[in-house]
Amino acid sequence: MRPLTEAETRAVFEKLGRYIGENIQLLVDRPDGTYCFRLHRDRVYYLSEKLLKVAASVPRDSLVSLGTCFGKFTKTQKFRLSVTALDFLAPYAKYKVWVKPGSEQSFLYGNHVLKSGLGRITENTAQYQGVVVFSMADVPLGFGVAAKSTQECRKVDPMAIVVFHQADVGEYVRNEDTLT
Amino acid sequence: MAAVRVEEVLAAAEEQEAEKRRSVTVEKELELEFDLGNLLALDRNPPPGAALRGAGPRREALLRALARDNTQLLVAQLWELPAERAGGAGGPLVARLPEPAFRLPREKPPPRPRPPTRWEQFARLKGIRRRKRTSLVWDEQAKEWRRRWGYRRAGGDPARAWLAEVPAGADPEEDQFGRLRREKRERVARNELNRLRNLARAHRAGTAAPAAPLHPTGHQSREELGHVARVARVSTASLGRFQPRLPKEPAEPPSRSGGRKRRFEPLLGNLAAERSRQLDLLRDMGSKKPVLDITRAVNKQLRQEEAEAAAAKGKKQSQRGKRGRRQQRPGRSSK
Repeated sequence: MRPLTEAETRAVFEKLGRYIGENIQLLVDRPDGTYCFRLHRDRVYYLSEKLLKVAASVPRDSLVSLGTCFGKFTKTQKFRLSVTALDFLAPYAKYKVWVKPGSEQSFLYGNHVLKSGLGRITENTAQYQGVVVFSMADVPLGFGVAAKSTQECRKVDPMAIVVFHQADVGEYVRNEDTLT
Repeated sequence: MAAVRVEEVLAAAEEQEAEKRRSVTVEKELELEFDLGNLLALDRNPPPGAALRGAGPRREALLRALARDNTQLLVAQLWELPAERAGGAGGPLVARLPEPAFRLPREKPPPRPRPPTRWEQFARLKGIRRRKRTSLVWDEQAKEWRRRWGYRRAGGDPARAWLAEVPAGADPEEDQFGRLRREKRERVARNELNRLRNLARAHRAGTAAPAAPLHPTGHQSREELGHVARVARVSTASLGRFQPRLPKEPAEPPSRSGGRKRRFEPLLGNLAAERSRQLDLLRDMGSKKPVLDITRAVNKQLRQEEAEAAAAKGKKQSQRGKRGRRQQRPGRSSK
């Protein structure tokens, strides 16, 4: 377990910034305590200082997970955000997409969101912008990347993909073994 | 008949005796050389070369016979040694072997000379030579020669040191005996530490890999050449600070650990400092991000196009609508 280096912090913040923009500083600088990022076995965890002090006393081999796992660094040092970060992305998301009840299931199974399943989308969403996907009842379902900008979404045909799926809460069941 | 049988029996018995003797006596051209201290027998007879060539049971049999004959000779020599009964009358017969004459080669490599210790280096530098110390010292109080260290040494009797003066600048409350004991313990500990350090240095010097040559050989890999280039850059009077770089050579920041290990921040270091560093990083990242001109421009363009299309549709619709309404009105009014 160690703190992130400069390059790693930059990679993580860039990835997070694609979804929550400048609200990252609300994660870094919290009024209710000191929270920090730590790297353990290529996974980035977000935890409070109190929890960090407790976790520091666990031997490295026995430590499985600490705090919230935001994602992991791949072998080529690229940062991949995982669904366990959704609780922190959803409240601060800048660009949101609401999905109709009929295609919620499809998204939760790992499929992309089609135009026919699109309920609402934030105005001024750019193409390839990171978006957080909600159900119509404002329950966060996952996150993805906007395949079309808001303007284009209006004009495109119903079978076109509007949001590329990246992570959804169904992964808690599907990838139970690999999530930490 | 009986005479023939008797002759036969006698001939058979004689043959048996001859065989027994044959099994014990061995004929050799050259006598063997014996080193009974090492239980060694050297056979200088030329081997039957032709028969030994080529594997096979014949070769095996020949070798076995050779070994058996030589062993027979060696054992015969052993029987001629002075023997005695070990462990009294009933014990086994034991031969007393002479001193070994043959020098066997070393089993392990000879020990390397160890590197000189820090004191040895200093002494060599200063030209200090070792003075031989006498093992006995005159003890004034006991009025006799006592050994320098060990049992009943000169001046080492603890009962003698019954007084410990308080030195000039010391605290009067301080325990002087305690101070002497503590200082002795510290001296011993320092000595031990230095001894262990010397050992470690010797051990490290022994296991260090030979350094790669710095002059150009024809067989250097890319990493070696990079290392050599780095060393050459730093080998100037100002330690490479004003060395110009080649056009495509990347600027290397000086690494404090000498390029040996990655160093990370401590796990539970100053969290406030870490937070402020992250906020600064965020600020830098935020400022450098260009405003999404492209997407805004594209959206603007699309909106314009939409507006134009809508306007054109509206015109067409209104035109058609008027005509249509005119045409449809009679129909409608009928309904």
